Amino acid sequence: MTERIKMNNLTVKLSGKTVLEGITFSVSSGELTGIIGPNGAGKTTLLRVMLGLLQVQQGELTIFGLPVSRINEVRSMIGYMPQRQSFERRFPLSAADVVATGLLSPQTLFRRLPGKKEKVRMALSSVGMEHYYNRSFQDLSGGEQQRILLGRSLVRQPRLLLLDEPNANLDFPAQQSFVELLQGLKEKEDLTIILVSHDLVSIAPVADKLVCINRTMHIHGRPAEVLHSPHLDEAYRCQFDLLSTTGDKERCWH
Amino acid sequence: MLALSEILDYSFMQRALLAALLVGILCSTISFFVILKRLSFLGAGISHTALGGIALGMVTGLNPVFTGSIFAVGTAMSTGHISRAGKISEDTVIGIFYSSGMALGIALISSFKGYHPELFSLLFGNILAVSVQDLIIMGIVLAGVIFFVIVFFKELLTICFDEEMALAGGLPVGPIYMTLLAVMGLTVMVSIQIVGVVLVSALIVIPGAIAYRISVNYRGMLAISLAVGLTGSFGGLFGSYYYPVPPGAAIVLILAAIFAIVMVGKALLEKYG
Repeated sequence: MTERIKMNNLTVKLSGKTVLEGITFSVSSGELTGIIGPNGAGKTTLLRVMLGLLQVQQGELTIFGLPVSRINEVRSMIGYMPQRQSFERRFPLSAADVVATGLLSPQTLFRRLPGKKEKVRMALSSVGMEHYYNRSFQDLSGGEQQRILLGRSLVRQPRLLLLDEPNANLDFPAQQSFVELLQGLKEKEDLTIILVSHDLVSIAPVADKLVCINRTMHIHGRPAEVLHSPHLDEAYRCQFDLLSTTGDKERCWH
Repeated sequence: MLALSEILDYSFMQRALLAALLVGILCSTISFFVILKRLSFLGAGISHTALGGIALGMVTGLNPVFTGSIFAVGTAMSTGHISRAGKISEDTVIGIFYSSGMALGIALISSFKGYHPELFSLLFGNILAVSVQDLIIMGIVLAGVIFFVIVFFKELLTICFDEEMALAGGLPVGPIYMTLLAVMGLTVMVSIQIVGVVLVSALIVIPGAIAYRISVNYRGMLAISLAVGLTGSFGGLFGSYYYPVPPGAAIVLILAAIFAIVMVGKALLEKYG
């Protein structure tokens, strides 16, 4: 399988302070990789680095085989869904308007968006929200809004999808439904997905690989290896059993 | 009461009506983005800082609108730049510019000798004193703002919705946002002539705030913002013609009254509707 992302001994500093150090892992095409770690571990920072929004001070990062400094050449192949709290819930847009914002790029400046309606309909359909085209975004439930935002990140038909805490603030049924949707997308669209979450229970069942960080690299590998590793307790600074809602490590990822 | 045709016989009223139209459109358009991007406090900051620039122009003999514009645009863009660098929060930066600009204005004004009626106009505005030259400046600023908004509307809307997503999509967020701030600074500056330093922020906040409360889509919000802004401008102007209230205050009072009616109406609708 082709490597979509490769990191080697990555160090990131913000305002002179080291926030990520010694991060090394790779993501192959078609994989769903979960980046886990406690709050403040640097997970979102790592995603922002992958998007070229933050600079790498040391180490190597390649995306689609290109150094991150040339990310603009492959940006159209990347879909991104930020954390939900970053936008205003009452923003006066329809579901279709929200999805259409995902079509904008430097190439669309001073231009109309060709085939906009069709692309938006396809994206909405891929997340099971085709009947929500004209619905007001502010009237949707948290789970529905997440689906619309996922549709937005898919509208350019990316090959790599970066999701930041997509399950945060959703109730359990909405979380499950979202996870099932991701699984379907991964299989149907041959997408490479990187999903950031602090919630092991929701991420472990769908991930092909888990990467556990807390400022530095703690462990990465198949979910079974990661969940049984003592490095996990070390990263979360507590007993992992306490993190599982079922109290049963095995059941949370089988 | 005088009929409309009689009012229009006065050239100062003709100019005032045109100014109300230009500033009404200008402020309502900017208000749409001010509310969506949560820049209300910046509006107040820009206007108070502009006082320093205007006073500097009066002391040095330069055109006060020109020096005020430099201060207004400089404040808006500096605030955006410093807060985006992430070192100091936006409200702290605005608070510092706000008080410093005002202090400079007061210091310079206190050095004036004699009576300067234009100072009173600066603080509280005087739409009836608008000259043809002022109208030309307003028209140029309005044309520039409309051009910018039309060309970059979809990008501006996306940046207001979520800057992070816009950045991740590769949009030139920094330059577009900075231009929006510059345009906001110019809007505040030309509107100071109508309602003054003290009240100008109401013009760029209230129309959008009302529209935001009652709109479900951005097209409706923009249309309502324009309708409210123009109602306030014309209503205030005519109101001050018939009643002994300064036009600037009348404009803001009408906007505030519409806001109150909308809030109460919406609350009643939610409760009993």
